[in-house]
Amino acid sequence: MGIDRRTFLKGLGTGVAAAAPAGVAAGSLLLPGKVGAKAAAENREFMGVLVDTTRCVGCRSCEMACADAHNLPMPNGDASVLDKKRDTSETQWTLINRYKTEKGEVFAKKQCMHCNQPGCVAACLVKAMEKKKEGAVTWDDNCMGCRFCMVSCPFDIPKFEYGSAVPKIQKCSLCWEKLQKGEKPTCVEACPAEALTFGTRRELIEEANRRIYRDSGKYISHIYGEHEVGGTGYLYLSSVPFEQIGFRTDLGTIAYPEYSKGFLYSVPIVLLLWPALLVGVSTLTKREGEVRSKEGGEKR
Amino acid sequence: MNTVESTAVAATGETKSFKDIVAFIRSELKPKGKIFTPFNIISAPIILLGAFLVVYRLVKGLGAVTNLSQDFPWGIWIGFDVMVGVAFAGGAYVLTFVVYVLRSEKYHSIIRATVLNGLLAYMFYAGAIFLDLGRWWNITNPLFGNKFGANSVLFLIAWHFLLYMIAEFVEFSPAIAEWLGLKNIRKFLGSLTLGAVVVGIALSTLHQSGLGALFMMAKGKIHPLWYTEFIPVLFFVSSIFAGLSMVIFEGSISHRVFSDQIDHEDHASYNGIIIGLSKGCAVAMFVYFFAQLLIFIHGWHWSLLNTPMGYWYLAEMIGLVAIPCFMFLQGARYGNILLIRIAAILTLIGIIINRLNISIIAYKWWIPLSERYIPSWMEIVITLAIIFTEVWAFRWIVNRMPVFRKPPEWAKEKH
Repeated sequence: MGIDRRTFLKGLGTGVAAAAPAGVAAGSLLLPGKVGAKAAAENREFMGVLVDTTRCVGCRSCEMACADAHNLPMPNGDASVLDKKRDTSETQWTLINRYKTEKGEVFAKKQCMHCNQPGCVAACLVKAMEKKKEGAVTWDDNCMGCRFCMVSCPFDIPKFEYGSAVPKIQKCSLCWEKLQKGEKPTCVEACPAEALTFGTRRELIEEANRRIYRDSGKYISHIYGEHEVGGTGYLYLSSVPFEQIGFRTDLGTIAYPEYSKGFLYSVPIVLLLWPALLVGVSTLTKREGEVRSKEGGEKR
Repeated sequence: MNTVESTAVAATGETKSFKDIVAFIRSELKPKGKIFTPFNIISAPIILLGAFLVVYRLVKGLGAVTNLSQDFPWGIWIGFDVMVGVAFAGGAYVLTFVVYVLRSEKYHSIIRATVLNGLLAYMFYAGAIFLDLGRWWNITNPLFGNKFGANSVLFLIAWHFLLYMIAEFVEFSPAIAEWLGLKNIRKFLGSLTLGAVVVGIALSTLHQSGLGALFMMAKGKIHPLWYTEFIPVLFFVSSIFAGLSMVIFEGSISHRVFSDQIDHEDHASYNGIIIGLSKGCAVAMFVYFFAQLLIFIHGWHWSLLNTPMGYWYLAEMIGLVAIPCFMFLQGARYGNILLIRIAAILTLIGIIINRLNISIIAYKWWIPLSERYIPSWMEIVITLAIIFTEVWAFRWIVNRMPVFRKPPEWAKEKH
C-alpha cells in the first residue's frame, strides 16, 4: 500500500541527483530562467529557487511581494524589525533575517524549503499536504488540522491558525498557481538584487557550483539543500558557515520519510503473520476432552 | 443497587419482542444507587464545566482554550489523553491473548472488566483526538474519499483505532446480549470472540508501536536520550506492562466499589491473579529496561547523563522502571499485594512521564521554560472531564451488565 508513491518520489530524487553531475558535464550555457519555465511546462523536474545570501541586501521586497500576492497582512516595513531574529508565521510565509557573522552582516531569506521528499507530506493522512510535480509543497483544505505535519517538518515551517475556529495550515506554496503557468514565484520576481534565481533543481545546483568555482574566495564550498534531508527545492549559497546564518546543519542527508519507513514496512508483515500465528497457537492450546470455552473456536 | 432484578429480567425472557427490549432499556437508563456520593459531587461539576469548555473550544478555536503554539503543536490532549490513555488500555489485548489464545482460565474472571476498560479508553481517550483536530469536521476524510495518505503513520493509527474499537466491541458484546436476554444473538456473538481477539491483538501490536512511530520524523526535535529509532518497539513493550499495571490498579478499586457483584470464588482467586499479573509486569519491564539500556549504550550518550535532562532520564529509567520492576518481582515472590499495588502506581506514573517526555518535555528541550508549552487550566479540566465521564460510563455498564457478576444461568456453559 502506497509504497509506489514513495518509490516514485525516491526514484525522482535519485533521478535529479544523478542528472546533476551529467548536467555539469554537459556544461549547459542556457539561462536558468528560460529553461526553468520550459521544464515546468513539461513537468519533468522539480523546480526550485537558489538563494545567494551574498547578494541579498535585506530590502525585504520579497516579504512585501509575498504578502501582497497571497492576501496576507503587510509586514512592518520598518528596518528595526531586523534587530531580532524572526520566524515565519501563520500570517507571514517568508522573511529576511539579519545575522552578524565573521564576514559582517549577512541577510538570509526564510520560507518553506520544498523538500524533495517532504516529512510533512509523508505525515499527512489525507494528502492535504502534497508535493506537486512542479516541486511545490502545497496545502489543501481537506486537512483535518492534526498538526502532524508541524511535528514532522525538520524546518518547522507549517504554521497553524490557533486563533481561528476554521483554522488553516499556512506556509509558502512556491506560488504553485504561477508555476503551473510557467511563471516564476512572486518573491523571485520581486528581488531587485538578483539574489533569488528560479529554475530546475538540476540547473540551480549547476549554477551554484559555477558561482562557487568562479569565486571561491567569496563562497564556502557548500550548497545548503543539495543533500540536506535528501535535497530541498530551495538551495542556499553563503559566504560563512551555515550555522552562523540560522541554518540547522545537524539534520543529516536522509529524507525524513525514511525514518518511519521501517515501521511502515513492518505493518503488512504483522497483519499477515500475527493472525496466522495466533490462530495456530490457539488451536494448539485447545485441550481435548476438557469442558471449556468453545467461543469462536471454529472461526476461521 | 438493585442490579439483581435486572439480571432476573434478562434471565427469564425466553424470546423477547423488540418492544420488550426497548422498555427494558428505558427502565435501565434510570440511575441506580446513591446519587450524592463524594465521587459524584466532585466529578459532576468538572464534567459540566468540561462540556461547556468543549463547546467554547469548538466555537472559538484551539487557541482560545489551549496553550499550544507553533513550536509545540501537540499538548496534553495528544501527549496524555491519547498516548497515555492508549498505553493504559493495553491490558485488553494482553489479557485476551492470555485467556483466548493461551487459554489460561485463571484470568477469565477479570477479562470482561479489562475489555470494557479498553473499549471505553479508546472511545474516550482516543476520542480526545476529535477535540484536538483543528478541522474536526474533516475527521472522516481518512476513512471516506479519494485522498488517502496511506504512507502516513497517522493514517494507519486512525484506521486501527476504528477497527480496534469494533474488535473490542465484538469482544464485549456477549455481555450486552446477556444483559438484554438475547440468547441466540449471544450465541452468535460468542462465536465471533476468537476472531475479534486475534484481529485485535494484531491491530494493537501495530498501533501501540505506531503511536511511537509518530515521533520518528521528529528527529532533531526530541532529546537524544529519548529519540531512538526503536521508539515504536519501546512503546509496544511498555504498553504490555502499562496495560497490566492498569488492570492491577483498576482492579484494586473495582474490587472494593463493586465487591457485592463479585462472588466468593472470584474474590478468593483474586490474589492469585494479582500475583500472576505482577510476574507478567516484571518480565515485560525487565525486557523494556534491558532494551533501553542497550539503546543507551549504542547511542553513546554518556556525556548527556551529567546534564539536567540526563538526571531526568535517570529518574525515569531507574525510579519509574527499574525500581517498580524489582517491586513487582518481590511482590510476586512473597505474595505482598500492597507492594504490587504500589509498584503498579509507580509504573503508571512512569508511563505518563515517558509519554509526556517524548511528546512535550524532551520535545525541543532547548527552548527556555518561559516559552515552553505548559497546559492551560482549561486543557486540564477537559482532560479530567473526559476521565470522569469514562468512569461514569464504566460504572453505568458494570451496574447493569454481567461484567464482574457471573453471567446469567442460560449463558453459563460458555464459561
